[in-house]
Amino acid sequence: MQSGMETLATLANGAGTYAAGVVTHDGEAHAATGFTSYAWLLVALPLVGAAVLLLGGRRTDKFGPLLATALSWGAFLVGAILFIGMLGRDDGDRPKSVHLFDWVAGGSFNVSAGMLLDQLSLVFVLLITFVGSLIHVYSLGYMEHDPDKRRFFAYLNLFVAAMLLLVLADSYLLLYVGWEGVGLASYLLIGFWHYNPAFATAGNKAFVMNRVGDLGLSIGIFIMFFHFGGVDFSTVFAGAEAVNGVNQGFMTAIGLMLLLAACGKSAQFPLQAWLGDAMAGPTPVSALIHAATMVTAGVYLVVRSAPIFEATPDAQTVVVIVGAITLLFGAIVGCAKDDIKKALAASTMSQIGYMMLAAGLGPVGYAFAIAHLLTHGFFKAGMFLGAGSVMHAMDNQVDMRRFGGLFSLTKITAVTFGVGWLAIIGFPGLSGFFTKDKIIEAAFIGVGWRPWVFGLAALIGAGVTAFYMSRLYFMTFLGKKRWTDDVHPHESPLTMTIPMMVLSLGSGFLGLLLVPTGFITGWLNPAFGIAETAEEHPVVAPIIITLVTLLLIVAGVGLAYLRYIRDDVPVLAPTGSLVTQAARQDLYQDQINEGLFMRPGVHLTRSLVFADSKGVDGAAGGLAAMIGGSSSRLRKLQNGFARSYALTMLAGVVAILGALWVIS
Amino acid sequence: MTSVAPQGLPAVFQQSTIDYLAILPLLIVFGVAIVGVLVEAFVPRDRRHMVQAGLAVVGLLAAFVAVIVAAKHQGLTMGITDGASDRRLFALAIDGPALFMQGTILLLGVLGVLTMAERLGGVGPDAFTPSGASTPGSPFETNASRAGALTSEVFPLTMFAIFGMILFPTTNDLIGMFVALEVLSLPLYILSGLARRRRLLSQEASLKYFLLGAFSSAFFLFGSALLYGYSGSFVLGDISKAISTGPIEMNGLLVPGAFLVFVGLLFKVAAVPFHAWTPDVYQGAPTPVTGFMAACTKAAAFGAILRLAYVGLDTGRWEWTNALVVIALLTMVVGSVLSVTQTDMKRLLAYSSIAHAGFVLVGVLAFDSKGVGAVLFYVATYGFAIIAAFAIISLVRQNGGEATHLSQWAGLGKRYPLVAGAFAFLMLAFAGIPATSGFMAKFAVFSAAVGTGGATGTVLVVVGVLCSAITVFVYARVIVLMYFGDPPGDTGDAANAVEVVVPSVTTTFSIAIGTVITLALGVVPSALLDLADRASQFVR
Repeated sequence: MQSGMETLATLANGAGTYAAGVVTHDGEAHAATGFTSYAWLLVALPLVGAAVLLLGGRRTDKFGPLLATALSWGAFLVGAILFIGMLGRDDGDRPKSVHLFDWVAGGSFNVSAGMLLDQLSLVFVLLITFVGSLIHVYSLGYMEHDPDKRRFFAYLNLFVAAMLLLVLADSYLLLYVGWEGVGLASYLLIGFWHYNPAFATAGNKAFVMNRVGDLGLSIGIFIMFFHFGGVDFSTVFAGAEAVNGVNQGFMTAIGLMLLLAACGKSAQFPLQAWLGDAMAGPTPVSALIHAATMVTAGVYLVVRSAPIFEATPDAQTVVVIVGAITLLFGAIVGCAKDDIKKALAASTMSQIGYMMLAAGLGPVGYAFAIAHLLTHGFFKAGMFLGAGSVMHAMDNQVDMRRFGGLFSLTKITAVTFGVGWLAIIGFPGLSGFFTKDKIIEAAFIGVGWRPWVFGLAALIGAGVTAFYMSRLYFMTFLGKKRWTDDVHPHESPLTMTIPMMVLSLGSGFLGLLLVPTGFITGWLNPAFGIAETAEEHPVVAPIIITLVTLLLIVAGVGLAYLRYIRDDVPVLAPTGSLVTQAARQDLYQDQINEGLFMRPGVHLTRSLVFADSKGVDGAAGGLAAMIGGSSSRLRKLQNGFARSYALTMLAGVVAILGALWVIS
Repeated sequence: MTSVAPQGLPAVFQQSTIDYLAILPLLIVFGVAIVGVLVEAFVPRDRRHMVQAGLAVVGLLAAFVAVIVAAKHQGLTMGITDGASDRRLFALAIDGPALFMQGTILLLGVLGVLTMAERLGGVGPDAFTPSGASTPGSPFETNASRAGALTSEVFPLTMFAIFGMILFPTTNDLIGMFVALEVLSLPLYILSGLARRRRLLSQEASLKYFLLGAFSSAFFLFGSALLYGYSGSFVLGDISKAISTGPIEMNGLLVPGAFLVFVGLLFKVAAVPFHAWTPDVYQGAPTPVTGFMAACTKAAAFGAILRLAYVGLDTGRWEWTNALVVIALLTMVVGSVLSVTQTDMKRLLAYSSIAHAGFVLVGVLAFDSKGVGAVLFYVATYGFAIIAAFAIISLVRQNGGEATHLSQWAGLGKRYPLVAGAFAFLMLAFAGIPATSGFMAKFAVFSAAVGTGGATGTVLVVVGVLCSAITVFVYARVIVLMYFGDPPGDTGDAANAVEVVVPSVTTTFSIAIGTVITLALGVVPSALLDLADRASQFVR
C-alpha cells in the first residue's frame, strides 16, 4: 500500500502541473482501495487460463475450453463489479491507480508496473470481457469438432488477457507489452489452421504489417523517454501539457509515431492490407479481432494519448486524414467483395476509419469515437458470428453469390444479423444511427476547408456503407436460392445463436442508452479532462446533416435493392467496371505494397548480400587468407633443429636487449 | 661500480627462523618423492604401480591440506632479519600468490598423476615405455617388455617436478628460484623422453627440451649475476630496495640483468621468441606428461614471474616493461597465427598454450593486485581444461597408437558423442566462449589490463581480443571436423578404425573433473575469483 501511495503522489504532482487550454486534467488517479486493488485479476484470470491450457497439454482437453470460457466470464464479472463501484463515485474520484510492482529500476529510468482504472479503460474492459466472453461461448459450438480446440481456447484467453493489459496499463511501456501480446495472439489465431499454407501466410502478413506499426510505437516511446524522462502516462501527459501549444517538432514526431502504431493495429491506411487476409482464421477469431480486441487498440491508443495529440495539431490533422481515407477506402472495397467475411472486414476498416476520424477531431470527437467503438463492437461481433453461423449452415462456403434466400431457413441468424445490418447503416433508433450521426456532425465542426472535406467524406461514407451492407444482407438472406447442390442449410446450435441474440440486443439499444441520454459524454469527458463540451456548432445545421444522411442511406439501400433483389444475382461475378475490378483487388493495396516496399526491399537485400559476399566476406576472407599465409610462412621457422631454436632465442634476446639499450 | 657495496652476511651468526607449518606442503611433496624412490627399490614389481600411484595421489592431497594449514602461517620464512641493516634475508615467501599457485599445482598434479597412471589393462602406465634406456626398436627393448618391465619411476619423477613447481613461486631470492627451476625441469626432461610409442620422436623432444632448457638457464644465471652486481644481493627485497635507491648510471647492469632473468622464466611459459621447443616437446612427450607440463609448469613459472615482477623488480619496472610488452604481443600473435595451420592435435594445443601464455602476460602487465588475481585465476582455469583435453587426446587411438592427426578426428562426434562433446566444450573454453571458465579468465585479465595498464594495457587487450578471434577459428575448426567431417577412409575395417578406448576410472575422473570445473568456473566463477583476488598480496 505504501508504494501505492507513492504512485498517487507522483500522479497527483504530475496532474497538478497541467491545466491549460480546452483540456484540463483535474481527474487525478487515486490509489486503489477495496475491491479496486484486485483489478489485476482482470488480466490474471484469462492469463491463467491460457497458461493452464497450454502447459497442461492433453490432460486439459476435456475441461479446458469450458475453463477458458468460465475464466473469461470471471474477468467480465470483476470488470462489472469495478464498473458498478466506479458508478458510485464522483467524477473526480473515479480514476484509480493500482500499483503492481516495481518493474524497471535503473538509475534515472524507473518504471513501475501499474494499472490505471479510469472511465476510459473500464469501458474497454467491459467491451472486451463481455463481447470476448460471448465469443468464447459461441466458439464452444463453432469449434466443437476441431481437434485443436484446447489450443484455440488457450489463444483466445491469451488474446483477451493481452488486450486487457493493453487498456489497463498505466505506462506506455506496459501498454507495449499488451500491444505485443495482442500481436502475438492474433498471429497465432489467424494462422490457427496453419497446415493450410495460405492461412499461415495470412498470419505472417498480419504479423509483419503489425511490426511496422510496433516499430512506430517503440520509436514513439523512445522519443517520449528522451524528452520527458519517463514513459508512464502521468509523466508524459504532464510534459505534453507543459509544451502547451508551442508545436514543437518532437511532439508531432511522437504523435505521428503513435499514429503509425495505431494504423498497424487498427488496419488503417496505409497499413490496412492485413485485415482482409486475416479472415483466414476461424470466424470467432475474426469477430474477436474486429469487435473486441486488436483493431480497437489503435483507437484506444490515439484517444488515450489525447494530451499528446492536443499539443500537436499537425499530427491531429494527419489522424483525421488517415481516418477519412480509410473510411472511404474500406467502403469502396466493401462494395465489390463477394466473400462474406472479406466484405465484413472491409466494413470494419471503414468503421474504424470513422472512429479514427472522430478521435482526430479533438475533444469534440473523443467520446463519440468511443461510443461508436462500443456499438460497433456489438453489431460487428454479432454480424461476424452470424457470418460464422451462415458458413456453418452452408458447409463453410463464403461466396455470397452462392447464398440467397437463407432467411426462412436460418431465422435466428437472419434476424440477429438483420439488426446488426440496420444498426451499421444507421437505421434511425438503432445503435449506429446515434453514434455515427454524431461523428458526422462532429466532422462538420470547424473552420475553413476542413469541415467540408471531412464532413462530406463521412457523409458519403455513410451512403456507401448503406449500399454495401444492404448488398451483403440481400445477397445472403433474401433473393433467390443460388446454392450448390450439396448444401443443406440449417440453423446453428444454441451455443452459437444465444451469443448472437445477446449481441443483437446490444446492437439495437446500446446507442440509445449511450448517446441521447448524454451518458457517454458525461462518463468519458471527465476522463479526458473536458469540463463541459465546448459549444461549437457544425457549419451546417445538425438537423440538415441528419436528414441528408438518412437520404443517402435510403439511396444506398434502394440501389442495393434494385441490383440484388429485383435483378438476379449472377452466380459468377461479372467483369464489372474498372472501379469494381480495382475494389475487388482491395484497390491494389497488395500490388502497391509489393511495388513500393517488397521489390525495392528485395533488390536492397540482394545488393546487400552482394556487397556482403564480395565486400565484407572478401575482406574477412582476405584477412583469413593473410593470417593463414603468414602462418604457413612462420611455420617454416619451426624446422625441427635445436640449433635453429637456440638461435631464435639468442636473436630474440639480442634484439630486445639492443632495443632496450637504445631506449634507455 | 662500487657505489652499492656488495652486502655480505651479518657479522654475528644468527640462527635462521623456520616456520615448519608454512613449508609443510613442500616437505610433504619432497618426502613423498623420496619415499617413491625407496618404493621403486623395495616394493615387488607387480604391486609397484598401485603403490606408487596411490602414494603420489595421497601425498599430493595431503600437501593440499597442508597448503590450507599454511594459509594461517603466511609470511617470510627460512632466513633471518639482519637487525643492523634491517635487511630481511629470507629464502621463502609464504603468501597469497605462492599458496594459491601451490594449491593449484597440487590439485592439477593429482589429475596429472591420475592420467599418467592409466594402464589400459597393461602392467605399467600405458603411455610410458617399459624401458626408457633401451634403444628404440632394439632387442633389449623387446626383452624388457616381454619380461614385464614397467616404468613406475614416473611417479617419483613427477613428484620431484611438482616439488620444484611449488617451490618456484615461493622462492624469495634468485638462487632459490634457480634451484626450483632446475628441480622442476630435470624430471620433466626425463619424463618427456619416456613415451611408449613413437619413441624416437619422444627422445628427440626430450633432448631438445634439455638443450634449450639449459640454454635458458644460462640466461637466467647470467641475469642473476648482473643483478647481483647491481644490487649486491640475491634477495628480491634487497634488489627492489637497491633499484629505488641506486644511481641511474648503474642501469647498464640492471636492464640486461632484469631482462635476462625474465628470459629464463619466460622460456618456461613458452613466450615468443623462447617458445620454439614447445610444439616439438608437446608433440613428442607422452600425452599425459604433456598435459601435466602444460598445466603445472605454466602455473609455477607464472607464479615466479609475478613475484619477480611485483616484488623483486617492481621499482625498476620502467626499465623492462617495454620488453615484456613486446614479448606479450609477439606471444599472442605468433601463438594464435601459427595455430591456424597446425594439423596435429598436440601441436595445435601447443601453439594454443603459447597464445594463452601471451594472454596471461597481459594480466601480469596490469601491475595491480587485480592483475595478480586475474593471472592466478587464469592459470588455474587453463590448467584444468588443458589436462582434461590432453587426457582425451590420449584416448583417441588408431591401431593402438594415439591418433593425433586432425584428419583422424573427423566424424568423431557421431560415434563418440560424449567424448567429442567434452572435447568440444574444452575447445570452447580455450576460445573463451561465455559459460566456460576460459571466458571468465580472459575477461579477468583483459579487464585488469584495461583498468590499470594504461594505454599499453589497452593496446595489449585489443591485440589480445583480435588474437582470441583468430584462435576461435582454430578451435571451431576442430569442433566442425568432429561433428560434420566424414570419418577418414571409412573402409568398414573395424581393426583400422579410429576409436576412443574406454579408460579406467582414473582417467575418466580427471577428464570429468577438468570438464566440470571448466563449466563451473564459467557459470559461477565468483568463489574462485574472490579467492584469487584475496590471494593477490605479496609479502616482501
